Amino acid sequence: MGGDDIIEVRDLEHAFNGFWAVRGISFTVRKGEIFSFLGPNGAGKSTTINILTTLLPLQKGTVRVAGHDVAREPGRVREAIGIVFQDDVLDRDLTVWETMEFHGRLYSIPRDERKKRIDEMLTVVELEAKRNERTKNLSGGMKRRLQIARGLLTRPEVLFLDEPTQGLDPQTRMRMWDYIRGVNAAGTTIFMTTHYMEEADMLSDRISIIDHGRIIISGTPEELKNTLGEDVVYLETGDDAKAREALQGIGEIRSVTESPRGLSITISADGSHCLPRIVERVRDAGIDIASVNLKKPTMDDVFVHYTGRELRDTGA
Amino acid sequence: MAWEFLTVYWREMIRFTRFRTQLLSSLLQPALWMAFFGVAMSSNFNRFASAVPVPAGVVPVDYLTFMAAGVIAMTTLFTSLFGGISLLFDKNWGLMREMLASPMPRTHIMFGVSLSGMTKSFIQVAIIMAFGLLLGVRFFPGFSPARIVVSILGIFAFVGVFSLGFLLFSSTISMRLESPEGLQGIITLLTLPLFFVSNALYPIQAFPPVLQTLSLYNPLTHLVSGVRYFALGSEFFAVGASYSSTPGDILLSFAYLVVFAAVMYVLARRTFQKAVVT
Repeated sequence: MGGDDIIEVRDLEHAFNGFWAVRGISFTVRKGEIFSFLGPNGAGKSTTINILTTLLPLQKGTVRVAGHDVAREPGRVREAIGIVFQDDVLDRDLTVWETMEFHGRLYSIPRDERKKRIDEMLTVVELEAKRNERTKNLSGGMKRRLQIARGLLTRPEVLFLDEPTQGLDPQTRMRMWDYIRGVNAAGTTIFMTTHYMEEADMLSDRISIIDHGRIIISGTPEELKNTLGEDVVYLETGDDAKAREALQGIGEIRSVTESPRGLSITISADGSHCLPRIVERVRDAGIDIASVNLKKPTMDDVFVHYTGRELRDTGA
Repeated sequence: MAWEFLTVYWREMIRFTRFRTQLLSSLLQPALWMAFFGVAMSSNFNRFASAVPVPAGVVPVDYLTFMAAGVIAMTTLFTSLFGGISLLFDKNWGLMREMLASPMPRTHIMFGVSLSGMTKSFIQVAIIMAFGLLLGVRFFPGFSPARIVVSILGIFAFVGVFSLGFLLFSSTISMRLESPEGLQGIITLLTLPLFFVSNALYPIQAFPPVLQTLSLYNPLTHLVSGVRYFALGSEFFAVGASYSSTPGDILLSFAYLVVFAAVMYVLARRTFQKAVVT
């Protein structure tokens, strides 16, 4: 494992009363990336995140977070991480400021520094105006933002996000994604669990698909989708039959079918690399192109391919 | 020295003052006991007790004054037994995870909660003593101002160590239970024998031998003895019985409460170290 790995998990296993929630997973998270665990509820995501954040004792395997072993130095791990829990873990009757103050004091951040950081974080998540509001009066998105601000207050090396947008409306979710990207861009490594395909796809540098306590496949979203090798290019031309002839000889093209709406070309490799050549060939043959469309497999396709079932059927 | 437990204390006290109805009821409840139970019972007891002649040289104490010490003890008992319930809520609402995942030593959670429970008991005891004065409770009869100060400190010391023991007990149970209803059940089951098999409301001299022995193991009895010693003096006569205690007796009672608190501390500590809350 390289020196840039901020999380190293080897052969992690965990059982509850004889039920194996996690059955031997290994992975690493590199410094500075957004790493996602994608899988249905009950796949072992929460168990893993709870072990990584020292909330569950380590049973089997080795886990190092921010350079410290979770079993031997849980205190050092706790100092180095921030957590945004799955549900809204906020004291309903504390104000926004009190919520932050409480957290800062739990981590023994000195008073002046604490004050400065709280102001700073509340500005970042745009809750400055709400500082004296009790958390029960905040909207769902604000609550989640407050939790992110809280998680970042201690300037953690790794921020754990457990289902960060669960239960949020689509618009709020998009804004949350922006916040998460911003936090990551500012240098915080992010470990995230999600059962939303598009979320993993949009945010992650790398994804591990997890199901039944095992990692099924890991890679960048692109890699995962490319392993399916089924990008499809839709082409509308002035003369589909002639265009079809012109395309012969491109090795990556698996098949071309004609339909009244145009050609659909199935490509065995990364379609985006193949697309310019397709366009070139057709143009060189003197055929007009009315439209080009590249459809890549979605994470849904990837998930179905590797687990044999739809994520949504098993999700919450 | 780590002071993080003050953070937990701070939050507990915010909660205490923020829930207006809870605050008000916790302050009113002991006053109501005094006002209704105390006044009603004292008019009866004083009638019976007047039939028993007061031995020479002993200070007679009226029933309201006698039971005021019992109300102090009872209030402390209830408040302390319920003191751990905030941990149960923290656990059920997931808030506990924030503390458990922080670098703060876990024992600080119980220190913070206990300290706040103790503070609440002190406030209540102060209210009972002040309100009692209005109702005619005659604490500190003929005491000098200096002795009154010492006596108040003595009462608070007893209340403090007693409440600490029960707060730690309550915290332990809360950490092990799943539901507030369960805690409520256990508390109800405990308060009846603790309260009635004690000298809080009446002398134990007239108890059957078994109950008398049991009452001597009851921490509440020792708290009440301590409070009465400081509030009424070493020799007094109430509800047809003579009370006499030496500083040695009182020290022993105090030591008993300290041991009780220490045992509860060990139990609570073990529970907190092992606690897994996800």
